[in-house]
Amino acid sequence: MSWETVIGLEVHAQLSTNTKLFSSASTQFGSEPNTQVDLVDLGLPGVLPVVNKDAFKKAIRFGLAIKADINQESTFDRKNYFYPDLPKGYQITQMTKPIVEGGLIDIDVDGDKKTINITRAHLEEDAGKSIHDAYPDKSVIDLNRAGTPLLEIVSEPEISSAKEAVAYMKALHQLVIFLDVCDGDMSQGSLRCDANVSIRKVGDSELGTRTEIKNINSFKFIEKAINFEIKRQIKVLESGEKVTQETRLYDSGKDETRPMRSKEFANDYRYFPDPDLLPVVISNDEMEEIRSTFPELPADKSKRYISEFQIDKSEAEIISSSRELSNFFEVAVESTNDPKLAANLLVGEIGSLLNKDNIKIDESKLSSNNFNILLQRISDGTISKKIAKTILAEIWETGRNADEIINDQGLVQIQDETLLEEVIIKVIESNSKQVEDYKNGKDKLFGFFVGQVMKETQGKANPQAVNDLLKKALNS
Amino acid sequence: MNIRFKTLSELKKLLETKEISSCELVSETFKNIASSKTNSFITLDEERSLIKARAFDEGKIKGDLAGIPIAQKDLFCTKNLRTTCGSRILENFIPPYDATVVENLNAAGSICVGKTNMDEFAMGSSNETSYYGTVKNPWDFERVPGGSSGGSAAAVSEGLICAATGTDTGGSIRQPAALCGITGIKPTYGRASRWGMIAFASSLDQAGTFARNAEDCALLLNHICSHDTKDSTSISDEQENYLENIDDDLKGKKIGIVKEFDISNLNKEVQDSFEESKKIFEALGVNFVEVSLPNIKLSVPTYYVVAPAECSSNLSRFDGVKYGYRAKNINNLEELYIKSRSEGFGDEVKRRILIGTYVLSAGFYDAYYKKAQQSRRMIKNDFMEAFKDVDIIMSPSSPSSAFKIGSKTEDPIEMYLEDLFTISANLAGVPAMSIPHGFAYGLPIGLQLMGNYLEESKILNFAHQYQKNSDWHIKSPNLEEIS
Repeated sequence: MSWETVIGLEVHAQLSTNTKLFSSASTQFGSEPNTQVDLVDLGLPGVLPVVNKDAFKKAIRFGLAIKADINQESTFDRKNYFYPDLPKGYQITQMTKPIVEGGLIDIDVDGDKKTINITRAHLEEDAGKSIHDAYPDKSVIDLNRAGTPLLEIVSEPEISSAKEAVAYMKALHQLVIFLDVCDGDMSQGSLRCDANVSIRKVGDSELGTRTEIKNINSFKFIEKAINFEIKRQIKVLESGEKVTQETRLYDSGKDETRPMRSKEFANDYRYFPDPDLLPVVISNDEMEEIRSTFPELPADKSKRYISEFQIDKSEAEIISSSRELSNFFEVAVESTNDPKLAANLLVGEIGSLLNKDNIKIDESKLSSNNFNILLQRISDGTISKKIAKTILAEIWETGRNADEIINDQGLVQIQDETLLEEVIIKVIESNSKQVEDYKNGKDKLFGFFVGQVMKETQGKANPQAVNDLLKKALNS
Repeated sequence: MNIRFKTLSELKKLLETKEISSCELVSETFKNIASSKTNSFITLDEERSLIKARAFDEGKIKGDLAGIPIAQKDLFCTKNLRTTCGSRILENFIPPYDATVVENLNAAGSICVGKTNMDEFAMGSSNETSYYGTVKNPWDFERVPGGSSGGSAAAVSEGLICAATGTDTGGSIRQPAALCGITGIKPTYGRASRWGMIAFASSLDQAGTFARNAEDCALLLNHICSHDTKDSTSISDEQENYLENIDDDLKGKKIGIVKEFDISNLNKEVQDSFEESKKIFEALGVNFVEVSLPNIKLSVPTYYVVAPAECSSNLSRFDGVKYGYRAKNINNLEELYIKSRSEGFGDEVKRRILIGTYVLSAGFYDAYYKKAQQSRRMIKNDFMEAFKDVDIIMSPSSPSSAFKIGSKTEDPIEMYLEDLFTISANLAGVPAMSIPHGFAYGLPIGLQLMGNYLEESKILNFAHQYQKNSDWHIKSPNLEEIS
């Protein structure tokens, strides 16, 4: 029997605001327990929430990016349940009127393109953390995270494989980082997802019973958890049993999902409008302000780079996918007349240096100004592209000015034809065997002569001049 | 000097003319409280009060209310001073911050001598649900002072203090003011900040005050009310000086009498007092108009869905985990919750949490909570319509005078009807007050004046003119006779 999978994802993105959703406490990660907490986060008697408009701006920015409807008037509801790390005994969330409704995310699985519809994205506060392993005989609570703004992004059940789920998550990951909405750090829980998984016979129109896998926090685990769950459900159904609707946890150590305590999901959350908060109204002026500072999205950027600067598609895509890299590129093209070279270096040499150090370009020692000097020196023939690599490596370590490096290390490209001719004559004389072979038709040896000339000149010879002069010398 | 029953304005004058010092005033106040048998206070703050009084006497404290002892209902958080909300669950809770109302009154220079008794979490109309014991009505120790702000009302009524704060969710200022024979006002919802007020029903709760007359209430309200960015429901409209129009002429103004409030089946003395009060206003040139609030009959049932729903959620934070009462000998988390809450809350609080949990449950929400929100809107609209024709609306504050302690505790519905006349003002969010206007069964009764949104000046004006032409507010219990 053949089965098909239906998956819907609920992704929680921690919004990168300075302060919490309803209090002025800091959202900084990794501080001493219970130090990023004010009266509101503690849920003291008598305290009241006040919304952080910055969280709304970020949510709206995300909404605009996925072409969703923005509810300029949205409301908050209370979701009631008891848990020690939920200080008020309820979570403030947007149940009835979320800030973002609808929208879509384009995904790409090994070249197959697909569009996933988004149901809604709503704002809510995060809970604190229960710590069970710090003391032998008690559990303790850290409320630093309590009240941190989350944007819960809910997809339609249109994802049909673990691979698609990962592609969807990667697309979201890239987008929220690009928009500066969320830092995207999955290992710190800044972006995590709940997967609703069900299977049905191919051709069935009704959805099967679903299970929800909670809090998966890496691309790898998303794929593994979903695949495990699909196999498990198929096994259950093929053995004639029924899938139980339940919440499950993924154990990465054992690579399996297992049910959470049944009480956890037998909750009736008794949602109702939070009487402490009035509907949040975003004025037309505020919307206009958000629109006017809305960044060009990666897909649009990429298209523009290709048409405006004639750079390669793959390079355009890589540069445009990172806000930092594209900013850097855009500064460079303002003063260079060789955008292709700029793109080439950014994706090639600089790309591998960035990967090696696992940093973003604005965290490196390479300044825009210095990059432009480097581009200029390649364009005007002072140095070769090959030498540029050496210079970049030096800049990477020291941040020194490219011109200084060129002068100090004598890296100026040899353009002088007489000088080059001398070297060429020397190379031809000491390699008479190869010259003969070349003349007898072994064209491939041309590269060998270029290499020899470069070796003699420590790579400083202008490649174009070497080509021309060598051809002339060998064919004479 | 005997300071008992002196008004706020009188005490202010005595301080200004240095006929009395703040230290004397405060010492005398604590002496009176110590000899009181009404159980009006839960916690006293004698040492710090005397320090503040001394500072005032040395000229270090200035302000509109400087040097005057007042009391805070034990529902307002007071920094470093225990705040119990009348509950066992907060028996040892010492807030690290001041409520905005407390901060405002402190800034005006007043001295908070202590925290007054109240129904547990403000749920009650008799003060009998307090974990710290029932408050006795100064007019008759066998009777209740009303609730939930019964301690504040009794303390002012007994002359222990010239002013005390209260909160009003369904009548918790006006009903005890009526039953204790004093003046009490609840401003428009959102006019006073709720920051630091321990929530009962957030959409209805409103801070206000008790005093010996309307003029003192106006002075206090000038400080109690403020726009507060810490409270999202706080009103940002410019605040009036409530004393400014208090002497305005009432000639030609209109008072609405609510057609649907049938007072004909109330006690004869209540009816007679109401007629007498009308005559006082008529003599001042006021016209009476019948107004209709067609949905007013829905107010009690609406209230008893909305208020418990909100309280069931508001009181979830009292779980024994972070602060407050935690049960002993527990084995797991669930037991911690169940035991702490079972032992920490009293019966009335539990009853309302249960009702609230029920009306918000899946499958019942639409039938109860949603319906209640709809009827609430209808009641609000009724008021808006009515205020197109009249300046204020007048009714009795409560169905009768103070009842005997224990006489209604077995019948919650009977108790809930105590708030029949007061609840609608909370549902609509309009300002309302109660002033003394007669006696029934030898005990004080109150007249309720309700105003349109943000028109507390108007009801204060009517109340002040009434009090200039009557002496009900000057009457006080004969403490020697009853003690």
